[in-house]
Amino acid sequence: MNETPSDLKFLDTHEWIKIDDDAVIVGISDHAQSELGDVVFVELPAIGDEFVSGDEAAVVESVKAASEVYTPLSGEVIEVNEVLEENPELVNTSPYEDGWFFKLKVTDENLGSADNMMTADEYLSWLDGNN
Amino acid sequence: MNRTFLYGSHKILGAKFVNFSGWEMPIHYGSQINEHNCVRNDLGIFDVSHMNIFDFEGTEAQKFLRYVLTNDVGKVENSCALYSVITNEKGGIIDDLIVYKFNNENFRVVSNCSTFENVKAFFEHNIKRFDCELIHQSNLGILAIQGPKSETSIESMLGLDLSGCKGFSFIVKNSLFISRTGYTGEDGFEIIGEFEELKKIWDLCISKNISPIGLGARDTLRVEAGMNLNGTDMTIENNPFESNLGWVVDFNDIERDFIAKKRLTEIKKTNQFKLVGVLLKEKGILRGGQKIIKGNIEGEITSGTFSPFMKKSIGLARVPIDVDDSADVLIRNKPLNVKILSLPFVRKGKIMI
Repeated sequence: MNETPSDLKFLDTHEWIKIDDDAVIVGISDHAQSELGDVVFVELPAIGDEFVSGDEAAVVESVKAASEVYTPLSGEVIEVNEVLEENPELVNTSPYEDGWFFKLKVTDENLGSADNMMTADEYLSWLDGNN
Repeated sequence: MNRTFLYGSHKILGAKFVNFSGWEMPIHYGSQINEHNCVRNDLGIFDVSHMNIFDFEGTEAQKFLRYVLTNDVGKVENSCALYSVITNEKGGIIDDLIVYKFNNENFRVVSNCSTFENVKAFFEHNIKRFDCELIHQSNLGILAIQGPKSETSIESMLGLDLSGCKGFSFIVKNSLFISRTGYTGEDGFEIIGEFEELKKIWDLCISKNISPIGLGARDTLRVEAGMNLNGTDMTIENNPFESNLGWVVDFNDIERDFIAKKRLTEIKKTNQFKLVGVLLKEKGILRGGQKIIKGNIEGEITSGTFSPFMKKSIGLARVPIDVDDSADVLIRNKPLNVKILSLPFVRKGKIMI
């Protein structure tokens, strides 16, 4: 079980975001990686790809299934975690640090919608309520 | 949902559960990949008590099974096992199974969990005109102990000599039925017995640090071993010849009649498809349902996964018989190159391709 950092915001599709100035880093939650099981492949977006929030931006595959990673905000991909291509298991072992997926440059206006996302505590109690 | 007698033990061991055809079964106990590699390199124990055990007793038990199975139990010696399928009148596969022969009047069949109702109905329907009784053994469970160290480990734990129990044979010791069979491509044993007895063996194995293995690793092990999963690699719509199972339709004894014999004789001549192994040459993961393309011909991946032992993506695919060498698979609309191979991928700890 990985500690849930309190500075992250969460979606009900189990992605997290971390705001970093005018950009956000996107990954998937500890709960999501645990549900997936051993991650063996990650397909990342290309730098320069532009997404509208809700778009499928990456794919994460465990031994048992493939899942989409949706972009929580609209923006342009400015960085991807290439290390995941060789070491996809980082999604399991370090979902909130080394296992991040991509970084999006977002406008202030788009960043505003992060206010509607769940805080770490809200996400954890929402998960509890679903189980 | 149904649970096996070991549900509580799985829970204590931290199992993550999955609904497998109405049974709440462990999919893994932490890491499917570690469990998989335990079986390939060492050994592991599986609870497969969701599978079905049918015993057949009567003066015409052999005659009955020679009629309902495509493979011929007539060629099997006592205390030996045989893999077979059962089909409908059109030659479509109802299930695959292993039949164990005690003697001409006593047999045991182990078949899949998901097909229970159909298999039971099939046997009940066909058994009527034979002097043979069908007993569904719902009070017995099954453990599988699989891996290169399984023989020595079981021998020392249970104080047994298994040297006489060769591949696809079985012994009966006290109240335990122990066969050298499995679904992993490794040496291994399956033990059938009463719940209480099996619980003792399970607990003994766990106390000796033998890894419990979930259905997730069971699936990746059987894909590497090139073994079909009924309902996935074959269904009632598929005949044995397009399912890599032509070898279990035994026409050798021309006197023997069996269900769909005439139809299967025709299918053998006219069959247009085959089930093969596929290896992804590019990055990605093969999954069941993905299309295989070669020119204007199409096939389909039936099982696809990441092979923990080969560290590559592999699968089984049904393709037209003239497809060999290589083809493309469509993954998220992108064509990626796959190599077409004969099965298995892995046998007894060795990569075969």
